[in-house]
Amino acid sequence: MSDTAPVLTLSDLTIAYDRQPAVHHLGGSFARGSLTAIVGPNGAGKSTLLKSIVGLLRPSEGRITLSGVKRSDIAYLPQQAEIDRSFPITVADTIALGHWRHVGIWRAVTGPRWKEVDAALEKVGLTGFGQHPIAKLSTGQFQRVLFARLLVQNAAVILLDEPFAAIDERTTADLMEIIAFWHAQGRTVIAVLHDMDEVKRHFPTTLLMARELVGWGATAEVLTDANLRRARALADAWAHLLKPHKHESAA
Amino acid sequence: MDIYTHLFAPFADYGFMRRALVACFALALGSGPIGTFLVLRRMSLMGDAMSHAILPGAAIGFLIAGLSLWAMSLGGLIIGLAVALLAGLISRITDLREDASLAGFYLISLAAGVLIVSLRGSNVDLLHVLFGSILSVDNQALLLVASIASLTLITLALIYRPLVAECFDPGFLRAVAGRGSLYHVIFLILVVLNLVAGFQALGTLMAVGLMMLPAAAARFWAAEVWSLAALSIVMAFVSGWVGLLISYHFDLPSGPAIILTAGTFYLLSILLGRHGSIRARFFPGAHFHEH
Repeated sequence: MSDTAPVLTLSDLTIAYDRQPAVHHLGGSFARGSLTAIVGPNGAGKSTLLKSIVGLLRPSEGRITLSGVKRSDIAYLPQQAEIDRSFPITVADTIALGHWRHVGIWRAVTGPRWKEVDAALEKVGLTGFGQHPIAKLSTGQFQRVLFARLLVQNAAVILLDEPFAAIDERTTADLMEIIAFWHAQGRTVIAVLHDMDEVKRHFPTTLLMARELVGWGATAEVLTDANLRRARALADAWAHLLKPHKHESAA
Repeated sequence: MDIYTHLFAPFADYGFMRRALVACFALALGSGPIGTFLVLRRMSLMGDAMSHAILPGAAIGFLIAGLSLWAMSLGGLIIGLAVALLAGLISRITDLREDASLAGFYLISLAAGVLIVSLRGSNVDLLHVLFGSILSVDNQALLLVASIASLTLITLALIYRPLVAECFDPGFLRAVAGRGSLYHVIFLILVVLNLVAGFQALGTLMAVGLMMLPAAAARFWAAEVWSLAALSIVMAFVSGWVGLLISYHFDLPSGPAIILTAGTFYLLSILLGRHGSIRARFFPGAHFHEH
């Protein structure tokens, strides 16, 4: 489904915390409709990259160019650790937040939009869970809820930060199906992942990074032993160069 | 007849009791929802720290204009906001975490406030600033408290959705709506405003009591933001009412009586509440399935 026209271009992108680069002079582009995995060792700047694409972090150098999409066309799945799962909110209300682009701060969520919420619940296999408080859900069920919110967001570009971390196999398989469905619809999907087998099985394109770019292209060509060794060596070199500090967990 | 004498007559007979009751009601309306959001945002201790931060401002107002409602309120508002923003700024530009930074500011504020009041006032004045006197709330003070409560409810209604989103999933809000910090700042302003309102009646040291205790207690009973806020309002109001009656019948100071009533609600909720209380955890009855 993908063509070569870029939807998102990174030009010489550097993102730093306290003047220490988490992403260093990264360049390249995501093709429209592509399905890309972002992989790399811990602290490689993968989540940082996603955050800067959504606008949560500002680049210290270089820039991110959107082509044919607006910032509001990008949907983002944060890591679960960044969400307060004890918050007193129902599953349906959480998913309805996905309508934000249409309802904003004040407008009511009306009948047809609640129908979309129900449809999304059904698609993620949680029919009937609408009125459950999220605090009662398992990690896997909660991730299904967040995917339902993404379905409702109906965005052209979807960014997923470790969507399968601490998730059971069954849920991973179901959610992977939804990702494949988005890809088939021509949406651009970019996911930070750890499981290399999963990447090889399901993701045609891979961006391998260790603060700087190691490889970006067809998955089989990028995930070579040589490249993975180089990524690890780079990560070690950077770790020696930079002292640990308080923002590291976000990198 | 007896019930009427005990529960209602003091308010029917005395204007100062009626004004105190209305003040409690207005305070409950503003502080209940604000306290709820403080608890949900894990900022309970921040409310406490901020209430102390109001003291030097109120003290400067007192130094300039004596026991003037407007001077002390304005002073409290300005210094309270300054401390809230400074503490946030310090934690951002240094390695100190926000709670430690707030604790630092709050101790300095408390000491500075007491010092400033003692420059001009007597111990009675100091007691007034520290502990307030809800029984001497006049119409002007009542108007201020009621205005702050109205402003709070209207503002909360306007920013309810982003405030909930920011509390629960800040990354999502910032991704879909741009800057979430705007709502955080608006919320901080509301916190300080409500503490200034509470300080008229309960003093700087206990103003936060009517904000935090009902909100923390409500967490054991309600499971949605709106019901938490509503329950906090009800509990804060009943605390005011019962507290005033206890103070009247047993000749006890009203501020502590009100806060201790709220404290009783809190302790009972810990023991008996519906969600996550000691009873629900260890003695789950047939009606409650916690797990």
